[in-house]
Amino acid sequence: MMAAYALCGVAALLLLLPIAIVLGRSSHSSAVVYGASLIVALVLGIFALLTLFEHSGRVSSVSLPFGLPWLGAHFRIDALSAFFLVVVNLGGAAASLFALGYGQHEHAPQRVLPFYPVYLAAMNLVVLADDAFSFLVAWEFMSLTSWALVIAHHRDPENLRAGLVYLLMASFGTLALLLAFGLLASAGGDYTFEAMRATHLGPGLAALVLILVLIGTGSKAGLVPLHAWLPLAHPAAPSHVSALMSGVMTKLAVYAFVRIVFDLLGSPAWWWSLIVLALGGVTAVMGVLYALMQHDLKRLLAYHTVENIGIIFIGLGLALAFQAHGMPNAAALGLTAALLHVFNHSVFKSLLFFGSGAILSATGERDMEKLGGLIHRMPHTAVLVLIGCMAISALPPLNGFVSEWLTLQAILISPQLPSWGLKLMIPAVGATLALSAALAAACFVKVFGVSFLGRPRSPQAANAHEVERSSVVAMGVLAALCFLAGILPGLFIDALAPVTQALVNDSMPHQSSIAWLSIVPIAESRSSYNGLLVFAFILSSGMLAAYAIHRLASDKWRKGPAWDCGFPNADPVTQYTASSFAQPIRRVFGSVVFQAREIGEMPLPGSMAPAHLTVRLRDPIWDACYAPVAGIVSFLSERLNVLQFLTIRRYLSLVFALLVLLLLALAAWP
Amino acid sequence: MIRDLAFQFAQMLLVLGLSPLLTGLVRKVKARLLRRKGPPLLQPYRDLVRLLRKEVVLAESSSWLFRVIPYVVFAGTWVAAALVPTFRSGLLFSWTADLIAIIALLGSARFFLALAGMDVGTSFGGIGSSREVMIASLAEPAMLMIVFTLALIAGSTQLSAMAAFMNSPEVGLRVSLGLGMIALVMVAIAENARIPVDNPATHLELTMVHEAMVLEYSGRHLALIELSSYLKLLLYVSLIACLFAPWGITTANAEPAQLAIAVVAYIGKLAAGGVLLALFETSIAKMRVFRVPQFLGAALMLALLATLLRFVSRSF
Repeated sequence: MMAAYALCGVAALLLLLPIAIVLGRSSHSSAVVYGASLIVALVLGIFALLTLFEHSGRVSSVSLPFGLPWLGAHFRIDALSAFFLVVVNLGGAAASLFALGYGQHEHAPQRVLPFYPVYLAAMNLVVLADDAFSFLVAWEFMSLTSWALVIAHHRDPENLRAGLVYLLMASFGTLALLLAFGLLASAGGDYTFEAMRATHLGPGLAALVLILVLIGTGSKAGLVPLHAWLPLAHPAAPSHVSALMSGVMTKLAVYAFVRIVFDLLGSPAWWWSLIVLALGGVTAVMGVLYALMQHDLKRLLAYHTVENIGIIFIGLGLALAFQAHGMPNAAALGLTAALLHVFNHSVFKSLLFFGSGAILSATGERDMEKLGGLIHRMPHTAVLVLIGCMAISALPPLNGFVSEWLTLQAILISPQLPSWGLKLMIPAVGATLALSAALAAACFVKVFGVSFLGRPRSPQAANAHEVERSSVVAMGVLAALCFLAGILPGLFIDALAPVTQALVNDSMPHQSSIAWLSIVPIAESRSSYNGLLVFAFILSSGMLAAYAIHRLASDKWRKGPAWDCGFPNADPVTQYTASSFAQPIRRVFGSVVFQAREIGEMPLPGSMAPAHLTVRLRDPIWDACYAPVAGIVSFLSERLNVLQFLTIRRYLSLVFALLVLLLLALAAWP
Repeated sequence: MIRDLAFQFAQMLLVLGLSPLLTGLVRKVKARLLRRKGPPLLQPYRDLVRLLRKEVVLAESSSWLFRVIPYVVFAGTWVAAALVPTFRSGLLFSWTADLIAIIALLGSARFFLALAGMDVGTSFGGIGSSREVMIASLAEPAMLMIVFTLALIAGSTQLSAMAAFMNSPEVGLRVSLGLGMIALVMVAIAENARIPVDNPATHLELTMVHEAMVLEYSGRHLALIELSSYLKLLLYVSLIACLFAPWGITTANAEPAQLAIAVVAYIGKLAAGGVLLALFETSIAKMRVFRVPQFLGAALMLALLATLLRFVSRSF
């Protein structure tokens, strides 16, 4: 029954497609489409939340006579899909609310509006699908509609290139998933998930499925080295769509991974987790290092998605390792950490993309080098983005810290694992996790410090204005959620209990019954954390200090010129920029990873010419993985180009030669 | 319950009251080692009082965040310092934040301080912030790896449980413990902006990290920032003392006499830490900024090695 209700919601979203086309360029079209999407997404989200809380463990399914004639279309809601439905529709509702204001600035709304509700519907369907065919159709719809949204601003050649790379990578990923489902269906050829759950593959085939799934979902999620499209495509789309792509669509790739590996594939081998952990660790560190080198705000955020996907996959890898060694309790902890980070990241990444959209609509700039001082002109956006920056930097008492803390706690149980490979791998992964958290904090000091603080670096930044009310409300709701999940993490962990129960047959101890609402992953003597009290302590001691000082000492202040060691310079170009802020880190890490080189050109003494500093960075992954493929393709196409200009006689002889060859092959066939 | 609450507040006041004294001691010992007379031990208190009474001068381009940050930094550091066992373990609120959360709290304080450096929009503030986050990006992972090592030895990330374990005969001499201690001392030096990483008493702005970041602060704001850095020094000395020299720390139900001994032992440990720090600082030269990553990289590698040893074997 519940699955049928959810499908009604999806149908309502699909119905918005013709409405958006009919309304076309009329002035109400964006309000109608986004308003309706907001309502449908809210209803679906609340409905999914109720399913998760009320009907834990109950499964509802429905099959419709669409699709392949012998298969039909199967849809199903269990705890896992209910959780991801919440993530999808929370992101969808927030994006629609944000777009109510933001969408008015769109100069070509008819390129965005028809695809937007279909994109939301496709993401819902991916989660609902219960057979490989419907899953892949929904997955492809999700890819294609988001591709259409990426090239919405198609006059920019960079966006077109992003669209091309995205399309190629998405097709490649779907191909891998298609093959994986083919192997899962095995000889019986039954493509329902139920049949796949019942069949057990041999160890070799199961490992092959794992590799294919890692390629298929990793290319959507942005696992290094399959991330190349993500920092191109996510920033190219309108900002509310960027938020959906980064905050929600990458999470659906995580959903697909969890669904196939934890649910359909059967019991894992221990070395699977080695691959997942290694990929997760590399992704986390590379993502944040790439992000630090960027000064395009949206591209920087997209690279941070790569980093957070790495953190999620580290949690999943730990869960796999524990499950393979029969430690369901610890597996539940790892899985809860990963899924909680899925939720947290979808919230704060959407918030930050909305913030970048607000900046974009207020100043027309994505380049941080041209921003600055926005805290004076956009006070509400500034506070909300600051909360997002704190959350993504994993600072207590916000939500990003909780999920990273849980991941670290899962790492701390792992010495009990018997296999040596894992014993050597997990400390290294722990170090990469710690490194990426510290670098993320550095990166978001840069983001907030350069774009919101300081003095404006361009007239656009100096004349910025606060964005529409609805956009601020959308960011406010997400910031409040960051805060709520940070100080009351127990409630969110408990909501995940039915999910882990279904997947690894165990769940973390019930948290909301613990005194003072602390969270205790294993036992109180081992570790505990209480966001609420930490927040209360910081608040009360800060207030106490402020009160005491203002009351007993001095509360006088006056404004004056900046001190700056006695040489204040009125020119804003003397400020630190995004590139100069990242220079020490570029020198420490970038010289190894990106072969960063700084070439300084000083004019001769007496010359008035300006000095130049050029920085060269190489992308090691593009150079190693993508450039050779592109080289081979262009080499082959150049060689094969001659085939276009042959005479008819030559073509005929080629056809004849091929025919002979095929006949010979047929004759030689045993 | 009331008794426990009283102890928690006593500790909060104790760390707040003692922290300027520790900094005063380090300054005095350093001056004496350089054959100078040095400022009196109580000079930091006088500095604080003088700053608190002064009027604040804000830069014209500063925002409201600039005025809030000193309180945030102070509150975060104070809460973190109050959660480290000093003379008595099993404090009432010790379970609110384990060692990882304490490190993260200090990380929050640093995050805001680095933002303060960017707020006015001057070049010195920016240089300080960017170098501070560079140092932190290596010091924080090293610190977390040290926490891992200690947590794996003690079987807990709760500081009270760790201190109790370190006090018990089960600990013994371990290679990983030694590596962890060296790494922790290195990280503590970097985190507190001491020589050789940073010079708290420098007068050349280009070489400063922490001081450049807070260059625009004045009056009560500067007093709070100074007090936070005193607290942070005290926190790290207490942390090293409670983990590697946990002698004398009493448990929840101790006699008054034991408590008195514990407080005296704690003050003795602080004094010893301060004198050792001063000795170390006078015997070494400050390094260039881009030598710091090597210094901290060594700490990170030591800590990682220690963690690896703990993963591989129970007996190291």
